[in-house]
Amino acid sequence: MSAQSLPNPNGNNGHSAQRRVIVCAGTGCVASGSYKVFQALVEQVRAAGLPVVTEFRPEHEAGEVRLNKSGCQGFCQMGPLVTVLPENLLYNKVRLEDVSEIVAETLVAGRAVDRLLYVDSTTKKHCRGVEEIPFYQRQQRFVLRSCGTIDPESIDEYVHQGGYAAAKKAYLQMTPEQICQEISRSGLRGRGGGGFPTGRKWEAARSQPEGKKYVICNADEGDPGAFMNRSVMEGNPHSVLEGLMIAARAIGADETLIYVRTEYPLAVQRMRTAVKDAEKRGFLGADAFGSGKPLRCEVMEGAGAFVCGEETAMIASIEGQRGMPRPKPPFPAQSGLWGKPTIINNVETLAHSVRVINEGAEQFRKLGTAASPGTKTFALTGHVANTGLVEVPFGATLREVVFDIGGGITDRRGKVTRDGFKAVQIGGPSGGCLTREHLDLPLDYDSLRGVGAMVGSGGLVAMNSKTCMVAIARFFMDFTQRESCGKCVLCREGTRQMLALLDDIIEGRATAETLDLLRKLASAVQKGSLCGLGKTAPNPVLSTLRHFPAEYDAHVFHKHCPTGQCKALAKPSIDPAKCKGCTACAKKCPVNAITGERKQAHIINQALCIKCGVCAEVCKLEAVVGV
Amino acid sequence: MTAKRKPESTGRRFVKVCHILDQHDHNPSRLVPILQAVQEEYRYLPQEVLTYVATALGVSPARVFGVATFYAHFTILPKGKHLVRLCDGTACHVKDSVPILRALQKRLGVDDRRKTTEDMLFTVETVACLGACGLAPVVVIDDQVYGQQTPESAVKLVETLITQEAQ
Repeated sequence: MSAQSLPNPNGNNGHSAQRRVIVCAGTGCVASGSYKVFQALVEQVRAAGLPVVTEFRPEHEAGEVRLNKSGCQGFCQMGPLVTVLPENLLYNKVRLEDVSEIVAETLVAGRAVDRLLYVDSTTKKHCRGVEEIPFYQRQQRFVLRSCGTIDPESIDEYVHQGGYAAAKKAYLQMTPEQICQEISRSGLRGRGGGGFPTGRKWEAARSQPEGKKYVICNADEGDPGAFMNRSVMEGNPHSVLEGLMIAARAIGADETLIYVRTEYPLAVQRMRTAVKDAEKRGFLGADAFGSGKPLRCEVMEGAGAFVCGEETAMIASIEGQRGMPRPKPPFPAQSGLWGKPTIINNVETLAHSVRVINEGAEQFRKLGTAASPGTKTFALTGHVANTGLVEVPFGATLREVVFDIGGGITDRRGKVTRDGFKAVQIGGPSGGCLTREHLDLPLDYDSLRGVGAMVGSGGLVAMNSKTCMVAIARFFMDFTQRESCGKCVLCREGTRQMLALLDDIIEGRATAETLDLLRKLASAVQKGSLCGLGKTAPNPVLSTLRHFPAEYDAHVFHKHCPTGQCKALAKPSIDPAKCKGCTACAKKCPVNAITGERKQAHIINQALCIKCGVCAEVCKLEAVVGV
Repeated sequence: MTAKRKPESTGRRFVKVCHILDQHDHNPSRLVPILQAVQEEYRYLPQEVLTYVATALGVSPARVFGVATFYAHFTILPKGKHLVRLCDGTACHVKDSVPILRALQKRLGVDDRRKTTEDMLFTVETVACLGACGLAPVVVIDDQVYGQQTPESAVKLVETLITQEAQ
């Protein structure tokens, strides 16, 4: 702390660029303590004698520091994230103790705090801001553009950035036909999984006779491993609401509803605030945008049922019933909520529609492929160096996403390994896996369907070579089996039997017949189920059977799990060539099954071993194999 | 409504149930939000309250029980004072969430079937995905999210609570 309490020597506090400090307040960063960091910043910036502004104001004065919380900035693993403008510095893993240094060095003296900058793992370079970090460099952010800068709880800031212009245009300057045509021309497809053309869906509801109609925003993001919609709702809730308004205008609905997962309390709260603020502004209410047309919006919390992500099940849930799907047709666009024409769109689809209306269909089509235009957000998780939220144009390859953006595959200790890549699970429990041979496959609706996977909602879980694919198939089967609503026999009982068969394989009871039965049952469940959950439930099994047949064979015929993950089949042993006799494993073994002299290779007594795997965890030389 | 209320159950909380029903206009289509509000109050859905809700809404108790047992968020068994939820979404799963669950269960003496401790202090359960995959594996204790956990660190969190409770 030197005597530099003068205005910034670099002139960064000038009139044109506002000094801004943005603290990420997405679920990830909040968990890492970002609220405390924010509080400390407010206090310490004040203490340093700088004027602090926490509310959005269209005009700003020289020297003032605007502090705001933002939604998810995407780089969750490196949280809490703090962005400093106008230099656009991105500080990561900011702790309470770091706040004083940020205030003294950056805000007062105008210098970057190097040790808080992201270090590129390959070049070892300190990256000053997002434009230098490979994770962000290779993305093209539209839906996520304002997530991470804008204050999600300030409608003023959203409006100041041009927000609600599209909804206003839709209400005051466009006819419903024109909106549907524009959306159709843009080629926008549903981002929730199915990829159905949005324009066609809207047109189907619009062409129904006048009368009561509904629009529902599907924010029941149930896929385990996906959190794109949560981030958009937390980071830029008004963009979702604006899309919902456009959809309502397009089909002539006066009531809208946002169905949010109950597991996302922050998203629920932010959406409710957004709705309330929009009502105060007169965007929602008896006279939306002064058009004379009424428009209402309600936020409803789900109650924890994956199947409610399916359109007709969601409608049942809203009507106060068990969330069970019904046969289609009639499609919800003809007969949906309370028997009235209803369209249900995913959060991301609605957010994209804002851009289509603002910038036009041609502009939207400039990115992505001809059949899958625009960008798509993916939640990149699992064994990758950079986990987080990613937005790329359709047609980007898996290699670009996993290696260029994700920074490569990590091993069990979190270190990047060169050839650790085994597979990527895409599309959650309905999807499939992509392997090394698919690394250069463009990610779009049709290419993925061609290889037995699907875009789904956009969960991308990377897996390293130590992951057992049979166990992964079992994990998803366990999930769908639990989430089956029970209506269709083949889904309810079939998934349960498939799970039992997978357990047989994993626990060493399987024969050749098990695999046959598994395949047969998979095709029966696909055919005999009403909704997407059941129809796609066998996908993870079929996809792993197709791409990793050797792994299944090893389990079934050799009673061996190549990765050592399946404990019942594990035969842990110590590689004498690697073991240096450090005794770490022998000390930790709970049943004293490991013996050996110091500095001599150790041996595991198979009769005593309980296959707990502690030895493999403590061994720094990776000498323990087969567990 | 007041006429239906039995004198012995005029405890403060039954008044609350009536208030919740009033807020939702006794509308059966609001059953899910009604049960959410009731559970918020009681921390679970007691059988007598479910029956009461059914009568008040003019629907069969079977319908109310059907909804209450369909959704994972609802529970008809009382839960412990501290709710420990372990995320077992795909990202957490591949980053070894199961050993964390087992360690927590072992420390608290519960299992997959009996999720609540006998002293009613802790309930340990898994959830499908909390959407904090970037921080996998994740443990949530009483709505506070803890990221990048290990079996040891998660047990330590619980130990802290046990010590607090003992005081």
